[in-house]
Amino acid sequence: MSSGFHIVVCGSLVPDPLQTLEPIAGPAGPALKNEMMLPSVLDPWAAHALYEAAHLAKTAAGSKVWLVSLGPKAKLQQLMMTIAQKAPFELVVVDGSASGFTDPFEAAAALASAIEKIPGLDRSRLLVFGGCASASRDASVTMQMIGEQLGIADQFLGVDELTVQPSGAFKVLERIEGGQYQASECAGAPAVLAWATGNLPEPPNNPQVGMANMRGIMPALQKAQPAKVGAEGVTFAKVELPQQKRETRIVKDVPVEEIAKEIITWIKG
Amino acid sequence: MEKILYLAHTQPDGTLPKIAFEVLSAALELTQKLSGATLSAGLIGGDVQTAANAIAGAGAAKILGVAGPDFASSRYASDAEALQVLIRQSGATLVIAPATSRFSRAMPGAAYRLNGRTDTHVSGFETDGGKLSIQRWYYRQRMMATMTRTTRPWILLMDSGVFQPWQGKTGTASVELVPVALTEKAKRTQVLGFQAPAVSQQTIRPDAELLFVAGAGWTKKQSDGQTHVKEAEQLILDFLAKTQASLGSSKSLVDQSTEGAAVLSCLSHLNQVGQTGSTPRHPKGLATCCHGEEPHVVGWRFINERRAVNLDPNCGWAQGKADVLYVADAFQVMKKVNELAGKECVVQAK
Repeated sequence: MSSGFHIVVCGSLVPDPLQTLEPIAGPAGPALKNEMMLPSVLDPWAAHALYEAAHLAKTAAGSKVWLVSLGPKAKLQQLMMTIAQKAPFELVVVDGSASGFTDPFEAAAALASAIEKIPGLDRSRLLVFGGCASASRDASVTMQMIGEQLGIADQFLGVDELTVQPSGAFKVLERIEGGQYQASECAGAPAVLAWATGNLPEPPNNPQVGMANMRGIMPALQKAQPAKVGAEGVTFAKVELPQQKRETRIVKDVPVEEIAKEIITWIKG
Repeated sequence: MEKILYLAHTQPDGTLPKIAFEVLSAALELTQKLSGATLSAGLIGGDVQTAANAIAGAGAAKILGVAGPDFASSRYASDAEALQVLIRQSGATLVIAPATSRFSRAMPGAAYRLNGRTDTHVSGFETDGGKLSIQRWYYRQRMMATMTRTTRPWILLMDSGVFQPWQGKTGTASVELVPVALTEKAKRTQVLGFQAPAVSQQTIRPDAELLFVAGAGWTKKQSDGQTHVKEAEQLILDFLAKTQASLGSSKSLVDQSTEGAAVLSCLSHLNQVGQTGSTPRHPKGLATCCHGEEPHVVGWRFINERRAVNLDPNCGWAQGKADVLYVADAFQVMKKVNELAGKECVVQAK
């Protein structure tokens, strides 16, 4: 693959998983309590997609990575302080809601429109990366709809491995049922790959990469296009936290043999 | 009045997966509860006659099929086109289908082409006043929404383990085969086959009675100041062999493989349960050496009976989440459990 890939990673922010989340009724539907105040992280599966994109760009000469993010730009600015140090990319910001209660169809339309407007993007070399699901909406739908709007027929969901061959064709391993992978071979770009965890660790912070990225991040935030992303046609009757606190019986200072017997009896029962 | 289309796809042997029968139960219940609703079925596969025969007694007004070598395996371009054609042909306003990896990949594309909408991970529905509302989780199983839509077609991908599998009579079904023309562009991807992850053995068993969750504590220094990773792995594998349990893992444990730390060779990221892993459904779950708070505990949200072994009585995995917490050394407990279990399997798979 002499000319490399143009890799667009779709990824936005979600509440830090360690935060307590509480649904409330907002003016436009359900929302999270103190949503704008909650610390955010890059959506975990999208983060894996970004790391895989950076790795691929490093190995396929001539490649370039864009990160297209849909979210409130003030919060994206905060998020970029950490993400910018992880991998080289050019940021494209779509200023809109990152709520899990928005519709994937609308989110996909906003993201695909932003991708279509990226200057110099070579659609014949395009790989659209993203997470296999968001940690907010958790729908596993958005990436396919982005691909549809971009006219991309080759799509993969739950990807853990991408192996590019010299011809530009590539092999993909996708997660399927029963702890198995489906192995496929695609003739080449363009394609959509919605990643699971992949095989790469989170890269360490690299201040030099961060400095290089930051030169483009502030202009990208200033150029952010507003997007109205909601959930037209959807009515939420209620959103509630599961109330299933269990009365935990603590078994302490009991001989191991007794515990083991109790476990065996329970398993057999 | 809603026109309901039940969709399923075959497995490589031509039969339907268990979840397809679960979702058929859901489709039948929905048809019954929505006044005036009609039900059709649509099947995709290399050959759909065996599958059609298996649901012949379900009472679908007609069974549509898309069959042929191009539809024998799971490929986005051909599946999305087949699904679109089936939904369009049926005139369905509501589509109900199993959330298999195959449909999860392709159904959103079909929905887009039909200008419809799709909801995934649907775990229940209500039909109050003749109006359909669905339940689905948001924020990785941390909150449940009840919602409805006006846009049609509305396509629902149902999670497994929610409905009992339909067990009606089989028969000889008449299948109305629907032609689907694929362009060359739709055939750029070739499915090569299936493969297991690079681990010492397969430990994921979706139909197991018991989920065994291994936490990062298994690879930490023990009371003697040393790690005992090999011993941990042997204890876990012995237990799995005796119980036929499925193996789940916390994120921190599987992440160790990419961080260069000592790892259990039987684990891959596919074993991971929780916030960025799976949320499997099993009747029972036993967590060992697991630590963490709410985000990680969603890994056993759908486990009915839960027990945990941990040295910390305040462990977030267990307090308020498990029915029983054994405050003990998991190495010792599991060694004794394996001894007491003997050589035979103590539990049969469902």
